[in-house]
Amino acid sequence: MFDFLALIGHQSISKLAGFGRAAIILSYALVAWPEPKSSFKLLVKQLYHVGVKSLLIIAVSGLFIGMVLGLQGYTILVDFGSEQSVGQMVALSLVRELAPVVTALLFAGRAGSALTAEIGLMKATEQLASLEMIGVDPLRRIVAPRLWAGFISMPILSMIFAVVGVYGGALVSIEWLGVYSGSFWSVMQGSVDFYDDVLNGVIKAIVFGIAVTWVALYQGLESVPTSEGISQSTTRTVVYSSLIILALDFVLTALMFGDV
Amino acid sequence: MLTDYDIAITDINYWKCYFSYKRTEDVSLSNTDNIIEINHLEFSRGDRVIFKDINICIPKGKITAVMGPSGSGKTTLLKMIGGQLTPDAGGVKVSGVPIAGLSRKALFAMRKKMGMLFQSGALFSEMSVFENVAFPLQVNTDLEPSLIRDIVLMKLHAVGLRGAIDLMPSELSGGMARRVALARAIALDPEIVMYDEPFAGQDPVGMGVLVTLIKKLNQSLGHTSVIISHDIQETLSIADYICIMAEGEVIAAGTAQEIKESASAQVQQFINGYPDGPVPFHFPAQDYLAQLKG
Repeated sequence: MFDFLALIGHQSISKLAGFGRAAIILSYALVAWPEPKSSFKLLVKQLYHVGVKSLLIIAVSGLFIGMVLGLQGYTILVDFGSEQSVGQMVALSLVRELAPVVTALLFAGRAGSALTAEIGLMKATEQLASLEMIGVDPLRRIVAPRLWAGFISMPILSMIFAVVGVYGGALVSIEWLGVYSGSFWSVMQGSVDFYDDVLNGVIKAIVFGIAVTWVALYQGLESVPTSEGISQSTTRTVVYSSLIILALDFVLTALMFGDV
Repeated sequence: MLTDYDIAITDINYWKCYFSYKRTEDVSLSNTDNIIEINHLEFSRGDRVIFKDINICIPKGKITAVMGPSGSGKTTLLKMIGGQLTPDAGGVKVSGVPIAGLSRKALFAMRKKMGMLFQSGALFSEMSVFENVAFPLQVNTDLEPSLIRDIVLMKLHAVGLRGAIDLMPSELSGGMARRVALARAIALDPEIVMYDEPFAGQDPVGMGVLVTLIKKLNQSLGHTSVIISHDIQETLSIADYICIMAEGEVIAAGTAQEIKESASAQVQQFINGYPDGPVPFHFPAQDYLAQLKG
């Protein structure tokens, strides 16, 4: 009985200590004064690796999801004679929910896992330790540029996802299903509000970007420096990020669009 | 007759006199005889005691070897000197400055006066040989790129790899990677250079090269060398002072000759490689015949 209680206590303390370490990592990386000589170059390099290299999967996914939304939306709305509102449905679905959430999930799977694997491998090959012994803070040199790259990339990728998705929806609805283009675009224009819809979607994307990148970097830094350890860490990054994204999405949606 | 190596070392000393490094926070090191003092050090990992009560003094400007069986905590000791681990009790002082009490900023400034050669080399995989050796100079100094280039070429010439500047770490053999890592460890002309198992996995020629380099760099550059190793012959051939650790304690300390003449059976078993002795060959078990009869 007491052994069980001791185990619960030990696990709880370990988890709490882990949250503490994650908070310290985030605060050091955000608050630490950047190195003027190298910080911009490092940030640009990470923006390329994290953001630009994710562009293809984001754009292709956005296109297909927009096309599916157009198709499904038309199929449902035509029964009510409201097929002209398919543009509104596609745009609001994408801008409010699908763009930030699906982008974040794809970002976690592609960029998040890559970040975790990279940091974990650097830990396993003692590159982080050698940085420390050279007198360079790994949190400033390695973690901070990647964190900021994730914060900056996510909302941009989310917006690209939404734009490409709307185009995909338009392609299916207008070109294939015969929805009048004037109705498609005018109804969309009239129903999508910049502050209530677009901006809220961007805020969601920023929050998801922080969460995914933070989880990815923490898992990399905490990974056991073996091949199995790195594999487990990358898996945890994707799983934890996905769950956190979905949980945060509910909270943010309730705050933004609910009456909470 | 002067070899290329000797000329390279002279070049390095020449440049040492004519430039200064920009340091973000200079932690001044006092001029004491013992540059590293380890006092009543205790450390455990979970239930496993690594250090019970370690007391070691490492003299300035000499080669000190810390030896012992695998798992005796040698690498852990290096990490404590470098401030990467915090002891449970006791302390480590580097030139009179307690490492554990330093702020993060001061600790990183202190580390600029130390160089470390990791067992795996720990080269940055996305940088070439040249970029790896240049990295400490680029991030820690305001030197002109042309001067950094000259210094890097000198350091690589000193380790015999000036022709490999454009190679990537993945294209290097194990011995070459370790020599590039050594060039990087001395790039800032540190006062202390720590070597973590420098001879592990090396062929006889590579081992001989590393032994010679460690000795010559120590003599020419005047830094303090701390070698962690369990390669007896190579280490005893260059070390001025040796500590042997086992079971969380220092079981012997002295010069190479004193260690060889030690009356301790445990020390003799370790340095001569006897399969049986105070560290028994057989893992504790019941009586052999009784177990066979079953």
